[in-house]
Amino acid sequence: MKLEHVTQHIYLVLMAALFTIVFGLIFGIIAYLFPKVRKYVIFVFDLFQTIPTLATLGLLMVVFGASPTTVIVGLTLYNLLPVVRNTMVGLMEVAPAIKEAAEGMGMPKMTKLFKVELPLAFPLIFAGMRISLVNSIGSAVMGFFVGGGGLGYVLYRGIRTMNFTFILQGTLTLMAMAIVVDAVMSYYEHKLLPKNQRGV
Amino acid sequence: MFDWGMWVRYAPRLMNAILTHFYFVIVSVTIGSVIAVILAIALSRFKKAAKYLMPILGIFQTIPGIVFIGVLFIYIGMRPETVIIALSVYAILPVLKNAYTGIVTVDPALIEAGRGIGMNPWILLWRVELPMALNSIITGIRMSTIYTVSWAVLAAMIGQGGLGEFIYIGINSNMKQFIVMGSIPAALMAIGLGYLIDKVQVKLTPRGLRRN
Repeated sequence: MKLEHVTQHIYLVLMAALFTIVFGLIFGIIAYLFPKVRKYVIFVFDLFQTIPTLATLGLLMVVFGASPTTVIVGLTLYNLLPVVRNTMVGLMEVAPAIKEAAEGMGMPKMTKLFKVELPLAFPLIFAGMRISLVNSIGSAVMGFFVGGGGLGYVLYRGIRTMNFTFILQGTLTLMAMAIVVDAVMSYYEHKLLPKNQRGV
Repeated sequence: MFDWGMWVRYAPRLMNAILTHFYFVIVSVTIGSVIAVILAIALSRFKKAAKYLMPILGIFQTIPGIVFIGVLFIYIGMRPETVIIALSVYAILPVLKNAYTGIVTVDPALIEAGRGIGMNPWILLWRVELPMALNSIITGIRMSTIYTVSWAVLAAMIGQGGLGEFIYIGINSNMKQFIVMGSIPAALMAIGLGYLIDKVQVKLTPRGLRRN
């Protein structure tokens, strides 16, 4: 295993995470603002998560060719659901009294959204981001099949050449990445909550 | 992208691949779910031990399916059993987690009531705890099924057929038609099975507990 594979893997995951967050927030807000499309938005992203990763990547490869772009687009589509859903639910769950107070102060709809609702929904949105990120570390393994490189390559080489060291190195690195990201983000997720809402 | 002649020409082979894929999924999810529910019942009797065991199992879930198939392939070789065992092990985790949560979150008042009318622990499990946890168990089975359809694509990696075969040939020889021929049935299978399990879940939920 070379450092190159680890950095490649991290690059794929981070790029996908970036797009997931941006588009997740956008679609989550759209779903919140327009109750009529809510069902369809969730349905579509649920569909993306249901379709086997390699099938999505294969189909995307038809369009984007064998490249990291394919993997980043695929991972983004695959991981949008948790962010979209948590953004939507988080915004919906802001206490009606607070929303009314903001309206009572004369805030326009958008000011209310950005100054009041989004900050209050943020802990839940952050939880969605954590789920997405941890998931994409694992699913990025499929990336190498479509020319994205990363740790999937190490695993595949290990399996093909029956080299346990490779498999072990690849697996442990993946597990370590997932566990560290999950632990760090869980810590901040906890910190984001107001003191009176934190569990023991 | 849609060369219909090719679909017709490869129809028998594609049909075969779909059936193999379906077989892998159904057998693995069935074995995995049965083991998972039994383990969940056992763990729910030892909640203290479970408190330490569940996070460890969660860590195992971060191992990608390719590793399960790969390691078993080295031990057992290129056989269908390799795929079935690997996928079954992988299918256990989501069901176990959901079944365990479902069983331990059953309202204690219901269990008390069950005891009060003279149920012994087995009847209590069968008539109260499992039915109350059923919804959560099915959610777990749905997750497992969808993961399994996805990871079964890798069966082709060790020459065991399934829809992965088409995807592989397509990717390796850059024949887009093959990728499409493998991907679309795989996607439809995942969506279809997910939908079917959703329907079963609604059917099995007592009318009073159904939302809407």
